[in-house]
Amino acid sequence: MIFQNLDISHYIYLSTVLFSIGLFGVLFRRNAIVLLMCIELMLNAVNLLFTALSTYMGDADGQIFVFFIMVVAAAEAAVGLAILVMVYRNTRKTDVSFLDQLKG
Amino acid sequence: MFNNLPIPFLVLSFFTILCALYVVTSKNPIHSVLALILTFFSISAHYVLLNAQFLAIVNLIVYAGAIMVLFLFVLMLLNLNKDAEPVKSNLWGIAAAVSAGLLLLVITAAFQKAGENVMKHPVEGIGLVKALGQSLFTRFLVPFELSGALFLAAMVGAVLLGKRDKGNKELLG
Repeated sequence: MIFQNLDISHYIYLSTVLFSIGLFGVLFRRNAIVLLMCIELMLNAVNLLFTALSTYMGDADGQIFVFFIMVVAAAEAAVGLAILVMVYRNTRKTDVSFLDQLKG
Repeated sequence: MFNNLPIPFLVLSFFTILCALYVVTSKNPIHSVLALILTFFSISAHYVLLNAQFLAIVNLIVYAGAIMVLFLFVLMLLNLNKDAEPVKSNLWGIAAAVSAGLLLLVITAAFQKAGENVMKHPVEGIGLVKALGQSLFTRFLVPFELSGALFLAAMVGAVLLGKRDKGNKELLG
């Protein structure tokens, strides 16, 4: 390997920072599309950690799990965006704070 | 902490984090999508550094190629490429930043000893198609088929949700 002094803790820090940025976006933003993008960012942080641990442990199972996470992310994006388009048709808004009609 | 790290890793990591921050803070959703695509490219570069070459390509094809195009398409369709989003108050931003920072702190503390049982360097050869395919088509065959069924269900659901009602000729209802 080219990088001799690069151990796994740096990848752990990097993916933790990415995950926290995604969480901040989910809490802070109002546009539902940007919210979905922040969720994708969090999923990618987890993917990066899975891959790093898989390569450093010499076990391919972690990378298989990354495939399944990608499948779930793609399905979630497709269905979520379809729901968003339908919500936009009915309300002309994608603001999540507007969508509290189900509140009891 | 940073001075004995390899330069490519440092540059790539800072680029990744900057792009991710721009995704979250940008007012224009189109800029967010483009920054997220850049983030995915740099994460793919990280996969190459980690000897996960096949995952790097799959990440580019699936995320940057398919999912982000879907996002961009919906943004263009809904005509949201303007600063239409009402800003939340500063208090809300501070609360979100404190929550995310606390999560960062907790996960970092919990992962302090996570690197003790692993090797010092990435192992070569397990990120190639041969090793991954052998694992995927033997031990993980059932989850693999189930994910195919999940994709089919998601596709049918998305088409059903996205179909406009009868008699409504306008594109967006």
